[in-house]
Amino acid sequence: MARIHSGVACSHVPALGIAVDKGITGDDYYGPIFKGFEFSKEWMEKEKPDLVFLVFNDHCTAFDASIMPVFALGCAEEYKPADEGWGPRPVPTVNGHRGLSAHIAQSLILDEFDITIMNEMEVDHGLTVPMSMMFGQPEEWPCPVIPLAVGVVQYPAPLGKRCYALGKAIRKAIESYPEDMKICVFGTGGMSHQLQHERAGLINSEWDQRFMDLLVNDPEKGSQIEHVEYLREAGSEGIELVMWYVMRGALDEDITEVHRFYHVPASNTAVGHLILENNATRQS
Amino acid sequence: MAPKKEYDDIPGTIVFDSDQASKGYHLNQFCISLRTQAGRDAFKADPEGYIRTFPMTDDQREAALNQEWNRMLELGGNIYYTSKLAAFHGINFQELAGIMTGMGSKDYRAMMVAGGRSPDGNRYQKEWDEKDG
Repeated sequence: MARIHSGVACSHVPALGIAVDKGITGDDYYGPIFKGFEFSKEWMEKEKPDLVFLVFNDHCTAFDASIMPVFALGCAEEYKPADEGWGPRPVPTVNGHRGLSAHIAQSLILDEFDITIMNEMEVDHGLTVPMSMMFGQPEEWPCPVIPLAVGVVQYPAPLGKRCYALGKAIRKAIESYPEDMKICVFGTGGMSHQLQHERAGLINSEWDQRFMDLLVNDPEKGSQIEHVEYLREAGSEGIELVMWYVMRGALDEDITEVHRFYHVPASNTAVGHLILENNATRQS
Repeated sequence: MAPKKEYDDIPGTIVFDSDQASKGYHLNQFCISLRTQAGRDAFKADPEGYIRTFPMTDDQREAALNQEWNRMLELGGNIYYTSKLAAFHGINFQELAGIMTGMGSKDYRAMMVAGGRSPDGNRYQKEWDEKDG
């Protein structure tokens, strides 16, 4: 039976991908950020998931304004890194898992989550940056990935509580898949940031820390955070943090926070990162 | 008159909601067309001719051609789209923020390195009005 063992929350700032691709992860600006992920790469090497279920948002790359699905599940054999306007990132193509994707798609729809099915999709920095942060620069990614793209560009994004409920439905789907697989769920994006207009540059570290505390310890409450609070306190683009709740919903209530990292800034953004393990499947 | 929205009182922020998205559709589709080399080449060869192939308003067209970044957002543009036009002009995300905030790249970058813009005094429009008044 497929089981979810762990969850990872991780910002997906494009500048971090550029730093990896240019080999400047050790400089004064980026060094402290990548140091915060050293533990994570080692953890990942030990954890060795059979598959990553990765929740991210597309930044008008696979979807332009003509189609904006709220929840789009990758069901493809592979996902190519997209050209976002300056050439595709030099990272491996992401392999999918059609069997599990198809199973999850069917299970979610019967569970009343009417997702969009993506049989072809290019993936942008929203997906490839967390992969680089957690796996480094391998020739091939060590495991397949099932991407779930969440529509957070146009307001309103889905509610935090809806994302949390979707996470629970994803867990149910995964746990009814007969193949033995160890799965890690990524929730990406955030943390506080505003990229636009005169208030650009907003960072709210206190709010970010409280957001992480609630996510870990009281997700029922945290998932109720209202949209206007995200906009006001975490910035207009900080609202993408609702995606972390899909990841949290897929985990048990009973978890251990094994790693937390927080840093300001990466470009315009506060970087936040968590590793959470389900206590029921913890090794030690 | 459109109903007042609960986020209207957040200062210096244009929430890209369904109304803005509807208003800015063709402007955003123009911007995103610059993601491809073919789009960039066509715009470079004939900016005015190329932009005319997108049925946006005259105001939107003018804002795009004059690189008025905040005005584009006010007219329905979204930052993930307008940033493609910025990239076309060799302006990255952080430089663009420096322009939109009126701070310039150097001061903006220094603010970010020092921890970013504090939420204190920046949550409500009235806080900005008092500051200016």
